[in-house]
Amino acid sequence: MSIRLENVSFRYLEDTPMETEALLDVTLEIADGEFVGIIGPTGSGKSTLIQHFNGLLLPSSGKVWVDGVDLTHKDTQLRQIRQKVGMVFQYPEHQLFGETVLEDVGFGPRNMGLAEEEVVERVRRALAYVGLDFAELKDQSPFELSGGQKRRVAIAGVLAMEPSVLILDEPTAGLDPKGREEILDEICTLHRERGITVILVTHSMEDVARLVDRLIVMDRGRVALDGTPVEVFRQAETLKELGLGLPQVTELMHELKAKGMAVDTDVLTVEAAEEEIVKALGGQR
Amino acid sequence: MKQPLVRFTNVSFTYARAQGRGGWQALRDVNLEVFEHEFVAVLGRNGSGKSTLAKHVNALLTPTSGQVLVAGLDTSVPENVWEIRQKVGMVFQNPDNQLVATTVEEDVAFGPENLGIPPAEIQRRVTEALEAVGMLQYRLHPPHRLSGGQKQRVAIAGIVSMRPKCIVLDEPTAMLDPAGRREVMETIHRLNKEEGITVLHITHHMDEVIGADRVLVMDQGRIVLEGTPREVFSQGELLRELHLDVPQITDLAQRLASRGVSIPSGILTVNEMVMHLCPSD
Repeated sequence: MSIRLENVSFRYLEDTPMETEALLDVTLEIADGEFVGIIGPTGSGKSTLIQHFNGLLLPSSGKVWVDGVDLTHKDTQLRQIRQKVGMVFQYPEHQLFGETVLEDVGFGPRNMGLAEEEVVERVRRALAYVGLDFAELKDQSPFELSGGQKRRVAIAGVLAMEPSVLILDEPTAGLDPKGREEILDEICTLHRERGITVILVTHSMEDVARLVDRLIVMDRGRVALDGTPVEVFRQAETLKELGLGLPQVTELMHELKAKGMAVDTDVLTVEAAEEEIVKALGGQR
Repeated sequence: MKQPLVRFTNVSFTYARAQGRGGWQALRDVNLEVFEHEFVAVLGRNGSGKSTLAKHVNALLTPTSGQVLVAGLDTSVPENVWEIRQKVGMVFQNPDNQLVATTVEEDVAFGPENLGIPPAEIQRRVTEALEAVGMLQYRLHPPHRLSGGQKQRVAIAGIVSMRPKCIVLDEPTAMLDPAGRREVMETIHRLNKEEGITVLHITHHMDEVIGADRVLVMDQGRIVLEGTPREVFSQGELLRELHLDVPQITDLAQRLASRGVSIPSGILTVNEMVMHLCPSD
């Protein structure tokens, strides 16, 4: 399912003295099955942008199509779009409310009017995707779980709608490194096995470098850079101006090259850096 | 022997019937000394007891058994709490939950006002505190219009204006972008170096630990590892078992060493790595 934005601008508090332009003439298309990262400094328009992907915000001017449907058209049923484009907000565990995990995760599918057996089956599948055991947790209160488990239950609540597009805003904020890695691995598995489109908003250059196929960099309401992680991280100067960095290993390769070492700077992972440095040192000796 | 600013002696803490369930033992027999002017970082997986430890330093929690002394004052004695909280300030994760006033300077003045300090002195302290965190030019701004990093610096200024001996920061950068994180980290390092304020910094970001004098690693309510950043990060295997990690550069150095590249294993920064791989003549 593709998402297309054409000349989208968005102004908060339009026609008031407080009017602020949050998006300026954004045109982009996200194709079916892509894994896209969105980065940018605070206030660059990332959150405003993703809220256009499922009609939570509608553009002040311009058009948005999801799966060929024009969201700005007055007859469009946004409710159906939101079932297809699932959104996991920051700290989604703050939105847990059910008395049991089953009730909480099953809320979406139940609201879609599915039969109870289908709801239960979907909850079972959604929990499995985030590495949680249905039998063990279904009757527990979500509020009694650990922080990492709560986060997973909240994500499962979105997955239970079986969306074709999954948007996650900083899904790993506040988690320990192991918890971060597990959740990101689970998202990768979903993308790989179910072929869903994933859009990940994050502050971690290391995570996007490792995971995504395509990286969109936002700056003051515009798309500043758009390309593969390798292409984007070649623009070290631009990223620095935006207050964003490079992944640590990429920065290292740039520094080594500046010192005259024959290394390729298109390196995004520790493994690749290891090979590159061993190779360069081997050549010297 | 110098007196520690903070001393934990055999501290255990159990949350009473945590959220409907039986008691949860969050700290188990913790012994700890933090000295004046130290910068101590605390690592540990979610649920390891880091925040519980932090809340004991300014008497938000008091031990179920054992004793916490802050500048010689027992946190379990209710009469001491007021004085302890003037000596130890806390900064939390969410910048939006900590700011109370309609302008930055009013927010920073809130603490000293509550201490009953004369207005002229408050003015002086607010100016100094905002200067110390690099936010003086925003003194008349409404806090909610600031970036996350700026909000955290205002929250820190609110504590600095109380002239504390120690600041405890509980994941102050978890919700910030890279620029905001950098601002906050630079600010707390500067306060530590220039103002001599003792810092206890809790974080999940391994790279924020690099500049600390000492690192504590917690697991299941205990301190399981303690040392300089270099010492702690040389324990990559153990850290991973504890759901933690090492900085990318440290990981890379260890991998290179195992491939026969002559490089020390405790490398922490890009600069160190460059210096070792390309020694300038």
